[in-house]
Amino acid sequence: MSTPVPNIMKQGGLVPWLYILPALLIVLIFIVYPMFNTVYLSFRDADSTAWAGEACIEGRPCWGIFENYRRALTDEVDTTDSSTLWSSFWISSLGNNLKWLLVMVAGSVGFGLTLAVLADRVSYESVAKSVIFLPMAISFVGAGVIWRFVYAFGSEGSQIGLLNAVIRSFGGEPVSFLTRIPLNTFMLIIVGIWMWAGFCTVILSAAIKSVPGELLEASRLDGASEWKSFWNITIPIILPTITVVVTTMVINTLKIFDIVFVMTGGNFSTDVAANRMYTEMYINQNTGVGTAVATILVMAVIPFMYLNIKRFREQEAAR
Amino acid sequence: MNMERLRNWLGQLPTHVIVIGFMLIWLVPTLGLLVTSFRPVQDANVSGWWTVLGSVPGEEVYVANCASCHGANGDAIAAADLGDPDFISAYRRSIQISATFDNVYAGQIHIPETQRPSDQDLADILSFLRRKSGVETRPTLTINNYIDALVGYRGTTDYETSCLEGTQSPDLTCDFVSDLSNPRGMAQAFINTVIVTLPATLLPLVFGALAAYAFSWLHFRGRLWIFALMVGLQIVPLQMTLVPISRLYQQLGLSGSFLGVWLFHTGFGLPYAIYLMRNFIGALPRDLFESAYLDGASHWTAFYRLALPLSMPALASLAIFQFLWVWNDLLVALVFLTGRHPVLTYQINNLVQSMGGGWHLLTASAFLSMILPLIVFFAFQRYFVRGLLAGSVKG
Repeated sequence: MSTPVPNIMKQGGLVPWLYILPALLIVLIFIVYPMFNTVYLSFRDADSTAWAGEACIEGRPCWGIFENYRRALTDEVDTTDSSTLWSSFWISSLGNNLKWLLVMVAGSVGFGLTLAVLADRVSYESVAKSVIFLPMAISFVGAGVIWRFVYAFGSEGSQIGLLNAVIRSFGGEPVSFLTRIPLNTFMLIIVGIWMWAGFCTVILSAAIKSVPGELLEASRLDGASEWKSFWNITIPIILPTITVVVTTMVINTLKIFDIVFVMTGGNFSTDVAANRMYTEMYINQNTGVGTAVATILVMAVIPFMYLNIKRFREQEAAR
Repeated sequence: MNMERLRNWLGQLPTHVIVIGFMLIWLVPTLGLLVTSFRPVQDANVSGWWTVLGSVPGEEVYVANCASCHGANGDAIAAADLGDPDFISAYRRSIQISATFDNVYAGQIHIPETQRPSDQDLADILSFLRRKSGVETRPTLTINNYIDALVGYRGTTDYETSCLEGTQSPDLTCDFVSDLSNPRGMAQAFINTVIVTLPATLLPLVFGALAAYAFSWLHFRGRLWIFALMVGLQIVPLQMTLVPISRLYQQLGLSGSFLGVWLFHTGFGLPYAIYLMRNFIGALPRDLFESAYLDGASHWTAFYRLALPLSMPALASLAIFQFLWVWNDLLVALVFLTGRHPVLTYQINNLVQSMGGGWHLLTASAFLSMILPLIVFFAFQRYFVRGLLAGSVKG
C-alpha cells in the first residue's frame, strides 16, 4: 500500500492488536494450526502412533513415508493394465470429483449466464431471479431430500418419483437413478447445479447490467446482430466476472460433500474426495489416509488461494 | 402497428418459454416436497404427489378394466360386491388383487392374461375402490406429518392414532407439549439449531468488525500480510481441520458441546467476515475519522459510534450469510455435536439413512428445516445479494 498513512493511523503500540487479537487467535487455532497438523498427520499411520511407512510389508507396493498418499490415490483403482486403470479411475472418488468439476462448473455457469442474459429481457426479471436463487437458502440436506424424492424409484411398478412418472408417461422404462453407474453421479451433479446456478445468475446478471448501453446501441446501429454484439461486446466486458464465478464454483465443487453424503452415502461408485475423507476418518478410523485425502484436496485449492490473494493485491493497488 | 406488436411478441416468445421453463424446473421439485408433507401417510408413500391435483385416481382405469363385469358402481356381481366395505377391506395392496387374476369364477378366468392392467393401474383401481366403498375416509391433506415430525413419532400410523390406541413408542408420553422435547423430535432439533446458530452468527460479526476496523484505520506492523493471510484462508476446505480439532476437543472435553461448535463456526466465518467488513469500513470517508480524532474521540468511540453504525448494511449481509451457512451445515454438526444435541440437518440425514421410504415424515421434517432460512432469505434478499456481489468465496 503506497498511500501515505493518515495521522490517525500513526498510533502504533498495543491498541491495534487489541482489536485484531480475538479474531487472529481464533483463526490461528481453528484454521492455521489444524492445517499444519493435518499435513503432519497425513504422514503418520492409521492411529497416528508411528510414521506411515513403518507398517510396509516386503514385496507389497509401498511409498514409504508417502504410504497414505499411495492409498489415497490408488486404493480405488485397478492397476492391472491401462484399460482397467482408466475404467476404475473414472468411477473412483477422484474421478468422480473430476466429473463434478467439469459438469457442475460448466453447468452452473452456463445456466447462470443463459438465465442472466434472458431474464434481462423480461418484465418479471426479479421474480425469475428469486426463484432460481431460492435453493441457495436451503441446506444441501434439504435439497438432497427434495431430489431423492424426484428421483424415487418404485420397485412395485408404482412410481411416486416425479422423474420416473414422467418417463413412464412417455412409455419409457423407470430408472433407478441413484444406483445405476455411471448415471447416478450425473444425477447428483444436477442437484449441485440446481443449488448453485442462482449464485452464478445473480453475479453475472449484475455484471451484464454494468455493460454500457451506448456500446451495445452503437454496435446495433452498425448492423451487428444481437448474438454478435453479445459475443463481441458483452462477453469481453464481463470476462473478469466470469473468471471470478468460475473460480468460486471450482472451489465449491471441490469441497462438495453433503449432497453425496445424504443422497447415496458415496455408495454405488458415487464417492467424492470430501466424502471419502469423512469415511476414512470417522468410519474406517484411519486418520492417516483421511488426512492424506484432505491434504490432496487442499493442494487442489491452493492455486485458487494464490489467485485470490493476487486479485486482492491488485484491488489494493488500484485503491 | 398491431402486426409490429405481434411480431415483437413472437420474437420474445422463445425467451419467455426458456425463462418460465427454468422457473418451473426450479420450483416443481420443491413444490412436490411441500405437497407431500401435507399428504396422509397412506397416500404419500404409494401415489405421486401430483395426483392430489387431479380427480379421484383410478376411476377411468376402473371403468376401462372392470366396469364391463362389475358394473359402473361395482355391485353387478353379488358375490364380489366392490362397493361393500367389508369385501374391499380385505384388499390392502394391489398385489392381493393380482393374485386373483388366475382364479376361475363362474367357469371363467378372472382376467385373461392379455387383458391384465399394469401394476400402477391396479394400484390406482384399488385406491379408487377403497375410497368409493368408504373403507378409506381420510382427507386429501393433513397436518399430521408435521405433528409426527415435531414429536419424533416413528410408527406405522400417526401420533394421534397411536396415542388413542395406546401403541405409541416408550419415548412418547402422549402429552403433546412435553413430547415436543423428545430428543428424537424435530422440535428439539429446531431448538438445538437455534442455539447453535445465534452465537455462531454473532461471534464472527463482533470479532470480524473489530479486526476490520483495525485493518482499515489503525497502523501496525504486518498489517498487510496478516490481511492477505485472511484473504487466502477464506477458501480453506474445512475438512482440512476436522481431525486436529476433534482431538483438541476430546482433550478439552468440548466434543458434543455447543461451545465447541460455536468456536469452530466462528473460526471458519472470520476470514470472510473480516474481508467483507474491511472492504466496507475501509471505504468510509477518511475525513470522518480524522475529524472525530481531532475532536478528541478515542479509537473505541470512533469504532463504536462511527464505523459500526455506518457499516450496518455490510453487517446485515454478513449476518445473513453466516446464519444460512451455520443453519444449513451438516458436516460440522455431524463431527463436533454428534447425536448429543442433534440439529435439524443431522436428524433429517438420520431419517434418510434409516427409513428411505417414509416420505411423509421426511418431507415434513425437511420443510420444517427450511422455513426459517426461507423467511430470512426473502425478507433480506437485498442484503444477501449485496454481500455476494462484494466478492465472496466461502469455505
